[in-house]
Amino acid sequence: MRDEVIRRVRGAVAALVLAGLVVAPWAVDDYTAAILARTLALGLVGVSVALLTGVAGMPTLGQTAPYAAGAYACAVLGSQISDVGVVQLAVAAGAGAVLAALTVPLVVPARGVIVLMITLAIGELVVTVLGRWRSVTGGTDGLAGISPVRPFWGLPVLANDQARYLYTLVVVATLVGAVLLLLRTRFGLLLRAGRDDETRLRASGHRVPLHLSGAHIAAGAIAGAAGSLLVVAQQYISPADFGFDTSALLLLGVVIGGTASVGGALVGAALVIAVRDWLFGVLPGHAPLVLGALFVATVYLLPTGVNRVRGARVRLRPPTAPPSRPDAPAARDHAPVPELHA
Amino acid sequence: MIAVAAGTNRIDPYLIPALDGVAYGLLVFVAASGLVFCFGVANILNLAHGTLYAIGGYTAAALLDGGWASLALALAVGVLAAAAAGVLLAGLLTPVATGNHLTQALLTFGVALAGGSLLVAGFGPDDPQVQVPAALDGSVVVAGHRYAAYRLVFIVVAAVIAAGLYLAVRRTRAGMLVRAAVDDAEMVACMGVSPARIRAGVLAAAGALAGAAGVLGAPIIGPGADTADTVLLLSLVVVVLGGLGSMAGTLLAALAIGEIQTLGVALLPSAAPFLLFAAMAAVLAVRARGFATNRRVT
Repeated sequence: MRDEVIRRVRGAVAALVLAGLVVAPWAVDDYTAAILARTLALGLVGVSVALLTGVAGMPTLGQTAPYAAGAYACAVLGSQISDVGVVQLAVAAGAGAVLAALTVPLVVPARGVIVLMITLAIGELVVTVLGRWRSVTGGTDGLAGISPVRPFWGLPVLANDQARYLYTLVVVATLVGAVLLLLRTRFGLLLRAGRDDETRLRASGHRVPLHLSGAHIAAGAIAGAAGSLLVVAQQYISPADFGFDTSALLLLGVVIGGTASVGGALVGAALVIAVRDWLFGVLPGHAPLVLGALFVATVYLLPTGVNRVRGARVRLRPPTAPPSRPDAPAARDHAPVPELHA
Repeated sequence: MIAVAAGTNRIDPYLIPALDGVAYGLLVFVAASGLVFCFGVANILNLAHGTLYAIGGYTAAALLDGGWASLALALAVGVLAAAAAGVLLAGLLTPVATGNHLTQALLTFGVALAGGSLLVAGFGPDDPQVQVPAALDGSVVVAGHRYAAYRLVFIVVAAVIAAGLYLAVRRTRAGMLVRAAVDDAEMVACMGVSPARIRAGVLAAAGALAGAAGVLGAPIIGPGADTADTVLLLSLVVVVLGGLGSMAGTLLAALAIGEIQTLGVALLPSAAPFLLFAAMAAVLAVRARGFATNRRVT
């Protein structure tokens, strides 16, 4: 009963958010539309973080690495190949996937806090490379003057912030839909099963590292595509867009959103990024201080939203599992009785 | 005047970067060893570790005036302040101690954000100048090259700290507790040692090490807005490369990183951006899968 209510409320909220997002460009000014487009791109990175952290059970602080790879591949390579958005998206997603595939041997054998450490190191190293490889990335000055894209062959160039925002929205909606479909397949089921009880899944002959590698590469491709969207939304990129604070903010957003929920991750990440942008607008000097305090407060307020990480779940089981088991057959026994009487 | 045996002409131009690499590596080791403790004993990814180093760095910049007394004062104040910050962090972590490392890492990140903001508010947004003691301000001649005297002395001091750390972990009761907590934290708790006290002690020790590194290393990696991030990244890479918990491995990795950042850049300037990545890949190729399982403070 309660689940039913929650599901309906969630559906209503999702519909409202979606409707709001569609009408948003006509309701706000150009600057806000550009900020919204960037927030959507970051929300998509948040989805990839949720895919790894919540669904696959590999808490990550390094999704900015494929995100940055995608953005720079799109800005440096994609804009040379074609001005069609779909092609640039493919290039960016490919770059993100390749970077993720290269780091698979580092990340996949590790678990728990070690994953956090290794992914953070990878993310920071990528930012360092971006800052120093001046001839290609423009160093810490970043890349400006990126030529505008057309979404598809034959369509006009995205000339204003509204058009760029709508393009971002369509791509994000499509990719989130694809992730939701992917999670309904056998692959999604195996990922969740591996998160909840890896030993049992391994014992029954499943190749858990293979699933995790697949999830890591898929998450890399999604983050890479988000990088292409950032290039479209901002038309300027620099290593500062991919710093370690961005990873931490996204992880917090994903935790607020419920860790394993893709929609929750999108909303949570967008919320956290919006709060950050707003704080930096109203409190130019002390924004990090307030943001840090909010971080601590959020962690205290939401301690239970984060139990679905590999390893932590096991501890939670014993209190809940034993009472439910004797109940289950009993309920099944009772069920036919009213039918017999009727 | 200190004279080190002169090398052949071919290695001569690289002697100074190599020496710099040792100083840099030992500095990173002292900073990273605190992170190893946090991670190995308390199982906490302390994202505020770089901030603890920055506390030491800013203390050095504020207190050093060129005399020996000011160095001693700065060292004492920096170590105490960073250790106190570590204890504060442990206190903040207590309510979420039973949660998972994700919440704990996020909490430490919040503390790092707020702490970094407070440091900038307190000491100003510009990178402050650090004044080393006047006696060490000059340079000495090493194998025919001039080299900063402070760095040479720093190498000796950092080596002493590293040796002291090794002895403390291997030979003292506190070190034994730390190693026991890494192996089996629950058993240590059963024996009557409060896990909260171990966590506070470990974070205080980590803070003290980071603070000492911050004060002594201020002339090498100076305090500034990016310091916390730089030190955290270098420490993380060193801890990962060093095999996640092994002190000897951490030392080797730190020296390797130091040489890569100095000698590597001098030898292969065009490949400089990728050298850290290449080091990680190389270690990976050698150690293959040994990473995730091997966790011991030895």
